[in-house]
Amino acid sequence: MSAPGPLLRVRDLCVTFPARRGRPPVRAVDHVSFDIEPGQTLGLVGESGSGKTTTGRAILQLQPASGGSVRLLGQELTAMRRADLRAMRRHMQFVLQNPYSSLHPRMTVAQILAEPLTVHRSVPRERIPERVAELMTLVGMDPKVVHRYPHEFSGGQRQRVVIARALAVNPDFVVCDEPVSALDVRTQAQIVDLLHSLQEKLRLSYLFIAHDLAIVRAVAHRVAVMYGGRLVELGDAARVYDSPAHPYTRNLLDAVPIPDPARQRAKLAEAAPEPQFRGRDGETGPCVFGEDHAASGTPAWHEVAPGHGVSCRFWPPGACPGQELPRI
Amino acid sequence: MDDPRALLQVRDLTAQFNRDGVPSRVVNGISFDIAPGEAVGFVGESGCGKSVTARAIMRLAPEGSSVAWGGRILFRGRDLLRIEEREMRDMRGRRIAMVFQDPMTSLNPVMTVGAQIDDMLCRHAGLSRRAARRRTVELLGLVGIRDPALRADDHPHQFSGGMRQRVLIAIAVSCQPDLLIADEPTTALDVTVQAQILRLLMRLGRELGMALMLITHDFGVIAGMVERVYVMHGGDIVESGEVDALFAGPQHPYTRALLAAVPRIETAGRTT
Amino acid sequence: MVAIGFVMLAALLAIVILGPVIAPYSPSKTSPGSLAGPSAAHWLGTDSIGRDVLSRLIIGGRGTLLITVVAVAIALAAGLVLGLVSGYVGGRVDQAIMRVLDVVFAFPVFLLAIAVVAALGPTLQNLILTIAIVYTPTLARVVRGPVLSVKRWDHVEAARSVGVGEFAIAIRHVLPLVVSPILVQTSLTLANTIFTVTALSFLGLGPPPPDPNWGSMLAEARQFMELAPLTVIGPAAAIVFASLTFIVLANGLREMLDVGSR
Repeated sequence: MSAPGPLLRVRDLCVTFPARRGRPPVRAVDHVSFDIEPGQTLGLVGESGSGKTTTGRAILQLQPASGGSVRLLGQELTAMRRADLRAMRRHMQFVLQNPYSSLHPRMTVAQILAEPLTVHRSVPRERIPERVAELMTLVGMDPKVVHRYPHEFSGGQRQRVVIARALAVNPDFVVCDEPVSALDVRTQAQIVDLLHSLQEKLRLSYLFIAHDLAIVRAVAHRVAVMYGGRLVELGDAARVYDSPAHPYTRNLLDAVPIPDPARQRAKLAEAAPEPQFRGRDGETGPCVFGEDHAASGTPAWHEVAPGHGVSCRFWPPGACPGQELPRI
Repeated sequence: MDDPRALLQVRDLTAQFNRDGVPSRVVNGISFDIAPGEAVGFVGESGCGKSVTARAIMRLAPEGSSVAWGGRILFRGRDLLRIEEREMRDMRGRRIAMVFQDPMTSLNPVMTVGAQIDDMLCRHAGLSRRAARRRTVELLGLVGIRDPALRADDHPHQFSGGMRQRVLIAIAVSCQPDLLIADEPTTALDVTVQAQILRLLMRLGRELGMALMLITHDFGVIAGMVERVYVMHGGDIVESGEVDALFAGPQHPYTRALLAAVPRIETAGRTT
Repeated sequence: MVAIGFVMLAALLAIVILGPVIAPYSPSKTSPGSLAGPSAAHWLGTDSIGRDVLSRLIIGGRGTLLITVVAVAIALAAGLVLGLVSGYVGGRVDQAIMRVLDVVFAFPVFLLAIAVVAALGPTLQNLILTIAIVYTPTLARVVRGPVLSVKRWDHVEAARSVGVGEFAIAIRHVLPLVVSPILVQTSLTLANTIFTVTALSFLGLGPPPPDPNWGSMLAEARQFMELAPLTVIGPAAAIVFASLTFIVLANGLREMLDVGSR
């Protein structure tokens, strides 16, 4: 089933929520494009309401897209028939944020893990218990506890079960939507380690959605920053973190607290940077980079280095990329 | 040991829950002091007893449970665990105020935010309606809400999460309390909003001369905000000290493990 | 509370199941001496044509409760299907189902019953069917409400993302989490239905004689109320006891299952 090109290819993905009770329709995801290579992690960061979760759900076809294309393993997902899509789900899985609500409260762990196996008939019925035990070991849990219910486990253990369920059918691609944000710091580190080792062992690709930029730094090969439904920056993690090109990215990075008292104190003592990012205006006329996209018909996207792009939307008034960019 | 200058002296505080008839201890006799105007941090993971400790000072039982307190909580020499409920009600809000994690559920959705602050001022500070509204507008301005006179007439749903937390902070500081307890005040907020709220708390502490008890699981949040830190684990204070010394040389293995687990944005990550 | 409910239910079931065994007489056997007071031979006396009141109460209970349980079972089955489909599928399907149920719900119970029985005749089947139709909307709504919220829970999305089909999600991931309110409402519906069944029988719309039931016994005894008060008090007390059983049970279940939390 392998096809040339990236494992996942998202092009101009749009999601519009219909108008409701007098409110105009909302464009939650606006022409988002990126690729994910096999065995790699793309970190998708942004604040609440930026559209990052909707993007993840739209890629998994849990949310209908209003435009654009999502190709996984060379197959177009957006136009797929329902039955084909269900079969395709064995290649793409989902790890949700809240391990307390994403497991069926009245099903045992064994039942939870067996469900995907039965749905996709990936192992013969009599081998299911064996595979369930294998999955438990894979995520670092004791196979003896499979007959317990989710409420008997801690948050970290539950998240391990959620991960085991996602891996049951040997997927190629997993969307992790804030997989550790509901957990304690030490548990977060353990789950991140687990996701790492699973990636290496199984050559998984992740779309890792999170608002915590420090966690994303630890897991992602490449990083995409979302704001107002659009990607504002996309590039290798090292480049985006060390030389952010978009003022919004810089603002996000500046806000992350540093666990070092002296430096964090100095940071808090500085005047609060609260730049106002302009809305969707600037669709006509020259952009901040001086290019008129409406006239030239080019996408509003600028390469600042190979594989490191930045959007010319959402810049604070008066900001000029030329002045701020050279921090490379 | 007993520092007469202390604003709050907690001695051998215990808290015991009664869950389905089975008693379980969540705070095991902890002692600590907070001086007037001092900022103190409490760090620990969920279930370590840090929030229960904070609620003990407010003498509030966590939702839907009964709890038996033990020990002493001396606030300006009065033992908060032993005073009459009437006196305690007066303490809450007026002398000791609290800000919670979730700014979404802590406000009354059917009242304008201005009316909610007015009420607080009329009840605790004995202001007239008109004087209360003047002070409300002042407070909303103080916590960084633009056009406070107009926004006072808005309902909570018209505010973003960060703005609601600002409103809650305005309510908390409305009577100029001596101690502000902030229990994970930024956990539910975005990182840029978190930075703004932290700056706000710091500024208010300084301007109003309030002591701050900041409770969080995040060492990054604690780092720049407080002078002293208490690390809690399993209902005990396992380590305490000046913030710089504690970050530079944590003594207790649990503190070391917690600090090591904090993700750092500057550590080089993975490469393609 | 729930324990009391179950004890009462056990007593009720025991009387109904063991009825023919424990009833001292056949319900249609007449003995000399009508409208007699309580005696060693007839604990609750005899009715206007000399039949044993206690025996008729016990056997009559079977009829009344059988109609009640069968009718509610049908209403529950219909309510489950309609409520689940309506709540889970949503959109136009939901609108259509709920509008139709609203129309049924708007009909007064007795008017509907009288209409059906008048049109189709006072048979046992018609009575059961009428009552089942009358209570279907209530149960369907009780199913639909929680389904609407449970279908948005994370574990449902998780199941969908794993590739579980919509039918299986509805049955396995949604339905088991809405049973508590359904149990409570079913119990309450049983209590109401007992009243409805006896009231319809009282009005002569119930199953035809000679089989006794509480409603028709009340109707017959009414004219002799002053002569033989027990012939009225007996069935009245039985009706109250039976419906109280289900009300107590419903309240007990509500407490035990803590409906409304989560």
